[in-house]
Amino acid sequence: MDAILKTEHLNLWYGDNHALKDVNLEMPEHQVTALIGPSGCGKSTFLKTLDRMNDLIPGVRIEGQVIYRDRNIFDPQVDVTWLRRHVGMVFQKPNPFPMSIYDNIAYGPRTHGIRGKKELDQIVEKSLRGAAIWDEVKDRLKKSALSLSGGQQQRICIARALAVEPDVLLMDEATSALDPISTSKIEDLIADLKKSYTIVIVTHNMQQATRVSDRCAFFLHGELVESGETEQIFSVPKDKRTEDYITGRFG
Amino acid sequence: MTDLSSLPQQEKKPEERTSMMTKFKNRFGLHTARDVVEFIVHAIFFLCGFVAVACVLFISIYLIISGIPAIGKIGVVEFLFGDTWQPSQELYGILPFILTSLAGTAGAILIGVPIGVLTAMFLAKVANNKVAAVIRSAVSLLAGIPSVVYGLVGMMVLVPAIRELFNLPSGASLLAAIVVLAIMILPSIINVAETSLRAVPKEYEEASLALGATHIETIFRVSLPAARSGVATAIVLGIGRAIGEAMAIIMVSGNVANMPGSLFTPVRFLTTAIASEMNYATVGSVWRDALFSIGLVLFLFIMLINVILNVFIKNKKED
Repeated sequence: MDAILKTEHLNLWYGDNHALKDVNLEMPEHQVTALIGPSGCGKSTFLKTLDRMNDLIPGVRIEGQVIYRDRNIFDPQVDVTWLRRHVGMVFQKPNPFPMSIYDNIAYGPRTHGIRGKKELDQIVEKSLRGAAIWDEVKDRLKKSALSLSGGQQQRICIARALAVEPDVLLMDEATSALDPISTSKIEDLIADLKKSYTIVIVTHNMQQATRVSDRCAFFLHGELVESGETEQIFSVPKDKRTEDYITGRFG
Repeated sequence: MTDLSSLPQQEKKPEERTSMMTKFKNRFGLHTARDVVEFIVHAIFFLCGFVAVACVLFISIYLIISGIPAIGKIGVVEFLFGDTWQPSQELYGILPFILTSLAGTAGAILIGVPIGVLTAMFLAKVANNKVAAVIRSAVSLLAGIPSVVYGLVGMMVLVPAIRELFNLPSGASLLAAIVVLAIMILPSIINVAETSLRAVPKEYEEASLALGATHIETIFRVSLPAARSGVATAIVLGIGRAIGEAMAIIMVSGNVANMPGSLFTPVRFLTTAIASEMNYATVGSVWRDALFSIGLVLFLFIMLINVILNVFIKNKKED
């Protein structure tokens, strides 16, 4: 198995709260890995550790390693902006910038030094197509992104993340704030995106995990209880706790 | 049906018999002693609130009534666009004052806004709590210093410094006034801009960081644009403060009715013209009336700024 991203003995504390306990997980290239588990189990914390967004929270202490393409992301040699450019993130709540659709998508490329209008135009179109929203917005690229519906905003956010050509896409409950139709659009999109990207999603929705993911990792109280092929996890879980959770006995 | 329609008529009769006092009491629902107290307190609140409205109305009407006659006598064009103010020769052109006030305010904004907005960005997004607390208390102290003290320090330190630095006969000049005004408008700019920067949703900044932007790139390219209407409000507030200031600049600007030809010209502002000449103008003279007209012009400027400010605040709410 070719893991593009993996963690080794990853421990994380928020102050005295031991939020991740010795997590070892491999996320293979061009696959969708779903992180599941009850609220507060550490799955979102784990996801945010992968692109070091936890650095922003005061009082966080991390031990162990996260290896992205043979590099430990906590190595002082690793530039966090380089990491985040390659490991993109889509948040739970759609958070387009209060700017035009075009400027939202062009934000990342511009930040990384692309200034040419032609080149930006191409990136914007490619990214919007990649996020399956080009046809809906191509005539109003100069309109505010905030004028779109929640589902459209979330696809704008996905397009914005794609525009910096990441390797890995992290999605933190990216559909939990959306209606069922928008959710299914984004699920279809995920299936499409995994051809070009490696995707890690956090989800509360078991059906969603079975629908979109190739592999599944079940977290409980900061521990990685079990991980493996989604089919196997949902049909023959090895751990009793996994079985209890996926059959809805708690969580 | 007939029974029902006759009912209200029967009820009307006792009501007609009640006295004026009872009618009044019923009208305002004053049935008990507590109701009466409530009513009186309400009335007091209303009166207090009305004081502000009454003052504004009174001042506006007074300024218009006392400001118009002189403009009529001098002529609108001669008054607003005359370039000489020489009451002894009956020349009442206030263009030098208008231009000085505009130049002084523009200069103060040019210096004060970048410093103020950058300070606000530093306080809201960069500084750690301890440093921010120190700077914030310094800023509130700055806001609390009486303007005459700004004038004094300007006169004793800034004016001689400008004289020495640029080798001038006197340092009292437009430049000195601009520097003093720039410092005086800092607190309001910093406070309003910081508040609006703090109100920028964290999600915007997270999104920017997650795209690989640095902290500073995020502040300039996401936080500042997202807070733009608040920053614009801060600037307009600064303009209002600068154009209305008199005491501090009367002491450092030289107070001569020159056209603001250069930064080193001694000048007189709309405000300082009124403050410095009111004592000398004879009651009933055109000169004295012209000073009221200057007050009216200043008042119109400030009204205009308030209108602009309200537009910004309205836009902000719509955002």
